[in-house]
Amino acid sequence: MSLSIKDHEIDIVIGALRPDLTSFMSEWRPIFSRFHLIIVKDPDLKEELKIPEGFNLDVYKKPDIDCVVGTSTSTIFSGYSCRYFGYLVSRKKYIISVDDDCYPAKDNKGILVDAVAQHITNLTTPATPFFFNTLYDPFTEGADFVRGYPFSLRSGVQCALSCGLWLNLADYDAPTQALKPEERNSRYVDAVLTVPARSLMPISGINIAFNREVIGPALLPSLRLGGEGKFRWETMEDIWSGMCVKVACDHLGLGVKTGMPYVWRNDRGDAIASLRKEWEGVKLMEEVVPFFQSVRLPREATTTEDCVAEVANVVKEQLGSKDPIFARAAKAMVDWVMLWKSVGSSTSSPGA
Amino acid sequence: MADPATISPSTLLKDELDIVIPTIRNLDFLEMWRPFFQPYHLIIVQDGDPSKAIKVPEGFDYELYNRNDINRILGPKASCISFKDSACRCFGYMVSKKKYIYTIDDDCFVAKDPSGKDINALEQHIKNLLSPSTPFFFNTLYDPYRAGADFVRGYPFSLREGVPTAVSHGLWLNIPDYDAPTQLVKPLERNTRYVDAVMTIPKGTLFPMCGMNLAFDRELIGPAMYFGLMGDGQPIGRYDDMWAGWCTKVICDHLGWGVKTGLPYIWHSKASNPFVNLRKEYKGIYWQEELIPFFQSVTLPKDCTSVQKCYIEIANQVKAKLGKVDDYFNKLADAMVTWIEAWDELNPSGASKSSDLPNGPSK
Repeated sequence: MSLSIKDHEIDIVIGALRPDLTSFMSEWRPIFSRFHLIIVKDPDLKEELKIPEGFNLDVYKKPDIDCVVGTSTSTIFSGYSCRYFGYLVSRKKYIISVDDDCYPAKDNKGILVDAVAQHITNLTTPATPFFFNTLYDPFTEGADFVRGYPFSLRSGVQCALSCGLWLNLADYDAPTQALKPEERNSRYVDAVLTVPARSLMPISGINIAFNREVIGPALLPSLRLGGEGKFRWETMEDIWSGMCVKVACDHLGLGVKTGMPYVWRNDRGDAIASLRKEWEGVKLMEEVVPFFQSVRLPREATTTEDCVAEVANVVKEQLGSKDPIFARAAKAMVDWVMLWKSVGSSTSSPGA
Repeated sequence: MADPATISPSTLLKDELDIVIPTIRNLDFLEMWRPFFQPYHLIIVQDGDPSKAIKVPEGFDYELYNRNDINRILGPKASCISFKDSACRCFGYMVSKKKYIYTIDDDCFVAKDPSGKDINALEQHIKNLLSPSTPFFFNTLYDPYRAGADFVRGYPFSLREGVPTAVSHGLWLNIPDYDAPTQLVKPLERNTRYVDAVMTIPKGTLFPMCGMNLAFDRELIGPAMYFGLMGDGQPIGRYDDMWAGWCTKVICDHLGWGVKTGLPYIWHSKASNPFVNLRKEYKGIYWQEELIPFFQSVTLPKDCTSVQKCYIEIANQVKAKLGKVDDYFNKLADAMVTWIEAWDELNPSGASKSSDLPNGPSK
């Protein structure tokens, strides 16, 4: 853990889609117990949450959400999107967010991975998006920039987002998992790397961390599949949000890292059953990816809110007519910026 | 010494791949590689004094070229091939008749993976080259074609076929490939981290390509693998592979081919003298601040549909934009053109597939 980061600068936000968080919290206790947690209960979840004692936490349920944003708005936080409410009401600089079916993983030496520490290290060391370092993260112990890496690019830029990975159940889409029902990810890749500028990737919401002060507004609930469900195979909301984040980061000169930390993702759900629902998301990506690859933000967009508003405009203009889901997403993004301004404490600072 | 039990029973591409090795001293390192390399044809490019006899260990099938051979074969065009620098290795690419090239330095040995097993670097490079690349969208689980991995949720299906892989860039355990200033600051640092990944370097992103452990599809990208003017009589050294890498990446991006990096690892045994390196690299360290923006902004016109056309276009732009940085770049631009002329002479089209793509470059 970086000595310059205080524990009180960190919030751990958990979206609870299942009521019994006992084993989840117990497994994470060694790593989570010193931090403040925000647990947001999926407003659609009927059962009471079961949370073990001994944590410093705030729990938000549907009535709390209704109170803060109003009953008509609270629907945007249904399902996996409930975590965004936690991002909205947090007042901390760094947020770490893990799905409630993920447990701490073990590394190649059998040692428990402190995912929080690794995410914080990722966020507090520079990113290097302008030139690829073949030894991956040059700021990690035992590594450096390689021969041929320009010196002027070695101070890097601020890292705004840290995307972790998953052992056991990888974040595959339903068709892929259905075709390979036995496949589990057992490969622990001992690396963190910066995703190059202008390169896009699917950013999974299962295991992420971000600098809320710098990029907070860009993590947003907006693309909701018609058949969105309570398994990750039945959502694309995080993938859409991730595209917005990456475009904003590229524009503002901020970095995005990927790789460690790993979490252990439990087997849950049935890929074949989810196939029907996820097909919509799979088809949409064919439009979504080329669209985001072509987005260019104007120089006048100097804050994250500006970037989100601009992307929303372009979504409405270019994608709105292709499918009403995009028109709704664009509106949701505009609404989110307003919500962030009124509820989400200070505005984000302009990019580095 | 590699355990014979680890040799794969079917030796992939043994008639389609040449191993190019530049050397100025000896080839003792080949003994350790014997179980993996012996089935393949070697092209030895002997640098330095041509009168010195380089002994090749028994049992290898090889051709050896010294400076006299290079001069004889290329005539006046031999001026584009460096002398007293491992950059001369690119002569080996030019005279090869095979589809694939693997090049390795003579101080690189067989490494072990975390389980203690010897790594067959050549086999991994071949796997990398024979499976597609994915430069248009980054896969967070790295190479989706490896056993045990796949494309992640959100990866568009239309991009899952990938594109042909032109280059496989391997890494090094033990002595890392640092520049001289870094070596001076961290003389004892060793790379002990085995990162079990292969990944495609995204389109539009440049990287520092190291020639120590490198394989490529010669028929696709060979003419771009010119290692520049280095060594004797030149103001710069240790930028040969960098130069080839930047040209190659720009051309691959333009023509829609992929460049992979990561596995395999080799064991790099020799740390070169950092003071000698500093003298060689010193100008490069300054010039690279101009070179990187140059390569990042190079655009190739649509009618550059072959590697040679792309390369000549880059040479023209080098002369136009970098000539004012130093006269060296005027000479280098000329040498780049000479290289292509020599390449085409030795590899008349029809024989090689480095010809125009039917549908032009992909966007």
